[in-house]
Amino acid sequence: MALAAYPRNAYEKPMIISWLANPERFSKVFAPVRPYLAAATAILFVWGLYLCFASPEDYQQGDTVRIMYIHVPAAWMGLFTYLVMGVSSFFGLIFRHALADAAAKAAAPIGAVFTALALVTGSLWGKPMWGTWWEWDGRMTSVLVLFLFYIGYMALHASIEDEMRAAKSTAILALIGLVNLPIIKFSVDWWNTLHQGASVFRADGPTVAPAMLWPLLIMALAYHLLFIWLWLVRIDSEILSRKYNGLRARISFREGGA
Amino acid sequence: MIPAALALLKRDLSLAFARGGGPVLAAGFYITLMAMVPLSLGPDAQTLSRIAPGLTWLCLALASLLSLERLFERDYEDGVFDLLRTGPLALEAVALLKCLAQWLGTGLILSLMTPVVMIILGAPADAAGLSLIAALIGSLSFSLIGGVGASLTLGSRKGGVLIALLVLPFYVPPVIFGAGLMDAYVTGAPIAQALGLLGAYGLFALALSPIAMGAALRSALN
Repeated sequence: MALAAYPRNAYEKPMIISWLANPERFSKVFAPVRPYLAAATAILFVWGLYLCFASPEDYQQGDTVRIMYIHVPAAWMGLFTYLVMGVSSFFGLIFRHALADAAAKAAAPIGAVFTALALVTGSLWGKPMWGTWWEWDGRMTSVLVLFLFYIGYMALHASIEDEMRAAKSTAILALIGLVNLPIIKFSVDWWNTLHQGASVFRADGPTVAPAMLWPLLIMALAYHLLFIWLWLVRIDSEILSRKYNGLRARISFREGGA
Repeated sequence: MIPAALALLKRDLSLAFARGGGPVLAAGFYITLMAMVPLSLGPDAQTLSRIAPGLTWLCLALASLLSLERLFERDYEDGVFDLLRTGPLALEAVALLKCLAQWLGTGLILSLMTPVVMIILGAPADAAGLSLIAALIGSLSFSLIGGVGASLTLGSRKGGVLIALLVLPFYVPPVIFGAGLMDAYVTGAPIAQALGLLGAYGLFALALSPIAMGAALRSALN
């Protein structure tokens, strides 16, 4: 009885997922959505940025607190994108979906840029606040390692010519990274408490006032929509480029054969 | 299965030592790197003794990278792996044995040198025993994680530098725990936590890396 609920073979997956997993269908379904997504992203960014400047100054940090609205969501997105990449890699590796491979590959550069943005804005914020561009603080060090992960992932993908193999190798790397990131984070925190003397800021800082929470939330939402929009565009161009490569290989094969 | 494993281990070990390159090269690199430290930072004994434990770990990590490129590459190119695949050992076991041979050929020797190098840089002599144990665990984790990097880059044309880029972020925990352990010992703080964490990471690498290497090798061979 219970067995009947299981799929009869490996190809029988939940309806919607398997229906969308066809790359061409995926493109067709999401292509009309993209302009609306882009428009919503733009509106949210305009609104969010307006709120950033309309929000009150911090009584301690003054105007520099506005960097937070750019910096904090960027740091969140750096982590979130890695999670997306890891989950996509998992599906690519286990179910061998070409679309999942494309999704993982498409997410990497976006995540790298978010992480780099978090590092740069953090550094710009640190100079007026703590008096240094860089502090070997636990969180900053972890984000730097995350950035190196993205670089390694992209370098590995670029160095393997065969697309299938590149997808598989990078998927394994992404999964190892997913397992290791919490450990690295923990070890860096541990290291940081060991060398507490130089640390400038403690714990999580002050709680955020509601007047500052709103712009932060709107900006976070804008960042998420930006990610989804860019991700969809990149997945689509990945599908197109594969199609192009396939066609070209077929043409050259035909010409060679004639 | 055991004879097959021993035969593979023996083969890899004799290859590592016969070519003369691996162990001697890694040891030479380790010493050269260490000799550069006072030359770049000045011979002030106080400074050197303070940073000696950390520097030793940095140099150990870098020296462990050296022979990774050749770990699987040659056997992959001349078809030994295709042959090994038909044998009684699973690819995971093959990869683990190769890492073990690589560690015996380089990591073990680097670990044996670590107490000496640390004392030369000014660390207290009674830290020798602990630094040896820590270096043994650390270099074994380096070999295992390094093996994952080496198996992932098989067939790519970037080789060594790419392996270093992939692998070094994963070296962060053992380097932190290992250097923290020596730091704790020198300053008189309790060492149990650092030693435990270092050991835990070693076991974690031992459990996870064969699976990852097996998957990567299988993908490279197909």
